Amino acid sequence: MSTTDVINYGLAAAGLMVFLSVTVMFLTWLERKTLARIQMRMGPMRVGFHGTFQPIADSMKLMLKEDILPSWADRRIYWVAPVAAFVPAFLLWVTIPVSQDVVLRNMDLGLFYIVAISVLSVMGLVMAGWGSANKYAFLGGLRAAGQLISYEIPLIMAVLGVAMLTQSLDLTELVDDQATFANVLAQPLGLFIFFMAGLAELGRTPFDIHHAESEVVGGPFIEYSGAHWAVFFLAEYINTFTIAALTVLLFFGGWRWPDMPFEGDVHTALTLAWFFIKTYAVVLVIFWVRGTYPRLRIDQLMAFGWKMLVPLSFVNIVLTGVVLFYEWPMWTLTAFSLILLGGTFYLITTLPGRGLDRMTVSVYPARDLRTPATAGGAVTDADVPS
Amino acid sequence: MQITQQPNQQGDTVDMMVNMGPQHPSTHGVFRLVIWIDGERIVRAEPHIGYLHRGSEKLCEGEQYSQVITLFDRLDYVANLNCELAFCLAVEKLMGLEVPDRASYIRVILCELNRIASHMLFYGVYGMEAGAITPILYGFRERERIQSLFEGVTGARMMHNYIRVGGVKEDLPEDFPKRLSTLTAQLRAGIDECDKLLTNNEMFLARTKGIGTITGPDAIDYGLTGPPLRAAGVLEDVRVSDPYSIYDRFDFGIPVGTYGDCWDRYYVRMEEMRQSLVIIEQAMEQMEPGPVSAKVRRIARPPKGEVYLRTESPRGDFGVYLVSDGSDKPYRVKVRAPSFANLQALQHMLREAYVADAVVILGSIDIVLGEVDR
Repeated sequence: MSTTDVINYGLAAAGLMVFLSVTVMFLTWLERKTLARIQMRMGPMRVGFHGTFQPIADSMKLMLKEDILPSWADRRIYWVAPVAAFVPAFLLWVTIPVSQDVVLRNMDLGLFYIVAISVLSVMGLVMAGWGSANKYAFLGGLRAAGQLISYEIPLIMAVLGVAMLTQSLDLTELVDDQATFANVLAQPLGLFIFFMAGLAELGRTPFDIHHAESEVVGGPFIEYSGAHWAVFFLAEYINTFTIAALTVLLFFGGWRWPDMPFEGDVHTALTLAWFFIKTYAVVLVIFWVRGTYPRLRIDQLMAFGWKMLVPLSFVNIVLTGVVLFYEWPMWTLTAFSLILLGGTFYLITTLPGRGLDRMTVSVYPARDLRTPATAGGAVTDADVPS
Repeated sequence: MQITQQPNQQGDTVDMMVNMGPQHPSTHGVFRLVIWIDGERIVRAEPHIGYLHRGSEKLCEGEQYSQVITLFDRLDYVANLNCELAFCLAVEKLMGLEVPDRASYIRVILCELNRIASHMLFYGVYGMEAGAITPILYGFRERERIQSLFEGVTGARMMHNYIRVGGVKEDLPEDFPKRLSTLTAQLRAGIDECDKLLTNNEMFLARTKGIGTITGPDAIDYGLTGPPLRAAGVLEDVRVSDPYSIYDRFDFGIPVGTYGDCWDRYYVRMEEMRQSLVIIEQAMEQMEPGPVSAKVRRIARPPKGEVYLRTESPRGDFGVYLVSDGSDKPYRVKVRAPSFANLQALQHMLREAYVADAVVILGSIDIVLGEVDR
């Protein structure tokens, strides 16, 4: 590798870092504004127009804040953990294309690389949980380990289904293949699995179990403050953006579907814009879910992963394989997929209330209690369930 | 580093002890819950209270009757007016005072509004504990509306000191009927909106259905009152079974649950808010102009004797035991706090629960530490 290559790669990495940092800053602002909108609030308003400079103020604050090291902490692990969480998040973007030629390094095995690297991100959380020497952090770290490893399987299986359709692991080829017929049309079930598993991988609502504020008070991050906490935060938001970008690349045809008109630079600009519009749409859905849903419990999360998503993802692969092998028309795959998706939703909406009535509260008129037989403060046991 | 399961002398693993509180976001103040967990399962739970003990009952003995009301404001600081009412009713019962009708209606209207405000806070916090971050803002929107009406009536948003021995401080402001009718319409819509946001959410159902159950007989044995008791299927409401003030004049419903689980406790409160609105509307119709306070001396001196009076606060059966030695200060004040009694069933409800259930179950009891520790 020549000196110019090294300089070029260095510059590219620095550029990527800047791009991701700015994106994260924007995402934090966007999330606060979106949630504020859902919650009838204003969100940040003071710093700049509608709080535009709030992320800058926040990052300044975090940088200047004291970094606290708990006296019981396992010092090395405690300091390395944020880096261990951040590096995989950053590395993923080396191969994620945002347009035809706008990519740091396109790889033939891009998808494989992404799957392999993304598994590493669990390390940071577990290390933080262990290193903090805090019981809540430890609980959170273990929850993260269980959750992230379990949901890797459906995530990878969903990705595999897409790879089968395209017969390629190259992300650019994946997008090219979807120029006329996006994968979401063929595999709505795959999208559902990927998105659910993706949310769980991110640890976002409704799967934010490992840093649940009301239970483990921030989980692995409980002891972190200042710049180290900021690095975790950066990694979290980069991951959010990554999942959104991958959803668009794998299922919504990336910068194609439909193809942008014109040639040359104008075309490139349009494709870039198209890709980011789609990605931010997915990001907004993620924020929307956060503003709407409660959190699942760890055993329910595991049950959902292992009893629902894992079997479904296998079925998805088998279905795709059968349709491809017998060269049935693509709409058959769509039909099968939709039927399964409908069945899944049916199960989801009926299982939690299984064996329990929905409406168990009934209103008794006060005059019933005022009848002479029960008057005088006597407790009636007529309504005690047997 | 002592954070893993340590083998004991016999080489077996022992359970990890986690200290939830007194500084923990889900313990409703300064409640401390020590839990021993095996993985995510709670093996043993031990509640510790007393971190907010201010000696309120003892303080009452050193204050005149009119000053004690301000201390009662600070017991259940989420439903201040209900506490004021309980104390004033007890003193009036001791003195044999006849409260003018208008004053009673004002009291009922404000107390029922305060019940809604209290349950709205519960709603928001409960959503938060289940992991939903939006309900709290919807709950607070409704609570805020009620509080601004209170501000117009009593001059304060929280510590009102409005209900006095023999009546209320002053008559309602002129625009009160108009403001109240707007408010009830807003609340009706607001309660429905809150209901729609959380009640039938699949994940909320999964988190609350069948969690922390308690049967009716058990609930009675533990001395549960208020929504937790009714959620367990027991038809009991002090407002009806032992009517105080003028509650025997209203026709309203009492929501009763079936399984005594977290969802029942939650929904009983949602339904109670609607019934409170029914009471408020009836009270507005029946209310007539008149005096708002009985003729009482500035410094009340109840005759020698003792009295016990119970009321239905948003949290349950709020009882006041009052002993008077004939002077201007109470000889002894004992408060039967519903939160304190309801909290005793926590250990029973926490059996076979997960860590995540602990906060949901604690939230469903809806304790106010000011009242538990007094």
